[in-house]
Amino acid sequence: MDQQPREAKEATPPPPVIDPRESYARINREVAGIPLGRPSLGWFLAALLGLLLTGLLAVTITWLLWRGVGIWGVMIPVAWGFAITNFVWWIGIGHAGTFISAFLLLMHQDWRTSINRFAEAMTLFAVSCAGLFPLLHMGRPWLFYFLLPYPDTMGLWPQWRSPLVWDVFAVSTYLLVSLLFWYAGLVPDLATMRDRAKSKLAKILYGVFALGWRGSARHWQRQELAYVLLAGLATPLVISVHSVVGLDFAAAIVPGWHSAFFPPYFVAGAIFSGFAMVLTLAIPLRSIYGLEGLITQRHLSNMAKMMLVTGLIVDYSYAMEIFMSWYSDDKFEWATTVYRMFGNYAFVFWIIILCNICMPQFFWFERVRTSPLALFVVALFCQLGMWLERYMIVITSLAHDFMPSAWRTFHGTFWDWTMLIGTIGFFGLAFILFVRVLPSISMSEARELIHRVHKGLGEPPGSGG
Amino acid sequence: MQEETPWIEDTERQGQVYGIMVEFEEPEPLLAAARRARAQGYTCLDAYSPFAVEGLIELIGERDHRVATMTLIGGLTGGVTGYVMQYFAATVSYPFNIGGRPLHSAPAFIPVTFELTILFAAFFALISMLLMNGLPRPYHPVFNVPTFARASQDRFFLCIRADDARYDAATTRTFLESLGGVGVYDVDA
Repeated sequence: MDQQPREAKEATPPPPVIDPRESYARINREVAGIPLGRPSLGWFLAALLGLLLTGLLAVTITWLLWRGVGIWGVMIPVAWGFAITNFVWWIGIGHAGTFISAFLLLMHQDWRTSINRFAEAMTLFAVSCAGLFPLLHMGRPWLFYFLLPYPDTMGLWPQWRSPLVWDVFAVSTYLLVSLLFWYAGLVPDLATMRDRAKSKLAKILYGVFALGWRGSARHWQRQELAYVLLAGLATPLVISVHSVVGLDFAAAIVPGWHSAFFPPYFVAGAIFSGFAMVLTLAIPLRSIYGLEGLITQRHLSNMAKMMLVTGLIVDYSYAMEIFMSWYSDDKFEWATTVYRMFGNYAFVFWIIILCNICMPQFFWFERVRTSPLALFVVALFCQLGMWLERYMIVITSLAHDFMPSAWRTFHGTFWDWTMLIGTIGFFGLAFILFVRVLPSISMSEARELIHRVHKGLGEPPGSGG
Repeated sequence: MQEETPWIEDTERQGQVYGIMVEFEEPEPLLAAARRARAQGYTCLDAYSPFAVEGLIELIGERDHRVATMTLIGGLTGGVTGYVMQYFAATVSYPFNIGGRPLHSAPAFIPVTFELTILFAAFFALISMLLMNGLPRPYHPVFNVPTFARASQDRFFLCIRADDARYDAATTRTFLESLGGVGVYDVDA
């Protein structure tokens, strides 16, 4: 392919964002058919696995509440341990969903249409998993409401100058706004489900949540306006959430955390890991349910390109982090950097280099970008790399701060691992149930897209390559 | 262009007719039909489609920008609430000297102010959109048309309501039949 003359290569149009053979009826059948059809044996097995792991999560949480956070490996000085690592990882994964649905909508990127719905669902589930960790890490989670501004008898208020309080507001706002945005787009599709459902119970349940939507032109106009407004609100929100998470670290004076570029560095890492998760979910989804006409090669390839871009920003941040630590001439900063590369956790550092710097470079090649299997494997590496990156940031800085007498190495205990695996199981179960209950692809937007393609109106300028 | 009143008591219209409806397979004939109905002088129109059809609202009614206004009001409310709450808490209700920092720490109050701005604006946007659309509304006369279930799937409908000044059961029906749709239906109230 590389032997082709350059002009000929540029003249080839990119593959379409929707298979032109799709039609209104086919979209309805393909998408609405998943929840309304019979679940397969494979679905039951996957759900069973998810249920077992969710059970493991429930056991872990019960034991945690019974015994306290001491069942985890956390101690002084490494008080944040797995809990904050997992929190940052999960919330980062959520970011791609909002990025796809909000930012790409404002940028008129048509290829978001088929992937926004399940990416937003992914966001909701990932943020729910993320929220569990700081909550349980408090030790007495039943007193979580101390963090909220409410008129208490002690006359106390939250500490507004603390990034940890900002986190409470940022994460809860993020969850609620994502839910509203998701629902605003879901209502017309729920009406389709109501009208296609055969069983009485399904008709009633879909009908209740469809709110009596009837597709009036007046309703569509207001719905579209509200949807764009919500997208405009969600776009700065998604940037703010991981910025605040970055500030949790940057505001501390711990070496390895105290740097001004943490907010943008964290946002780029979040979108990178989120797109990796969207690929991990999209590739099996489209092949199991035969949705290749809606989630096309172009979608996968574009997501790979997004990962490449954000991955390069992350790589730049790694380089800058090391450079600034040397250039600052701060002995503690430099000691932490050397410790990360050659200390007790050196293997983590080098796996991160492999996963987050080397692996995404495969996305330069079209062969890789058009191979679902290769994309899936690379995406898994990137997710592992991003988890380890947060692990490195949280653990190494705390384990090796100013005074050698205070240094201690941290290792996750059995219950640390069950908690992490349990949330992965819960996330998987929630996603599996979502696929069976709600339309995973926005049918109304897909219909609009296929209408434009059929009428030869094509794609608007700048619909992404 | 008259929009029907939401929450109207449907029992008052027992045995009456809500309007007449014509069905199309694609949005373009629907647009043409709406244009012709306007030219005929009909004003109480509504159109139903499985996706937002560009240019349809201008023929049926007017663009309604109140959702945007409500979102702005929501955002301002949230922002003011957030900032005033923090200012009150930090300087009046619970002044606490931390390392000599000013009680009114404006830069540190920005994140919560921002988050509450977004939160309130989002709630206002969604709720005002639903309420202005008259939703939730489980029952509506148009659902009485059996094929109307396809309005959410693959068919496009134009309805002329019976409260239109120019409505006449026979002539309106003849007019709608002349539009070349795949079916014309009476909508029972």
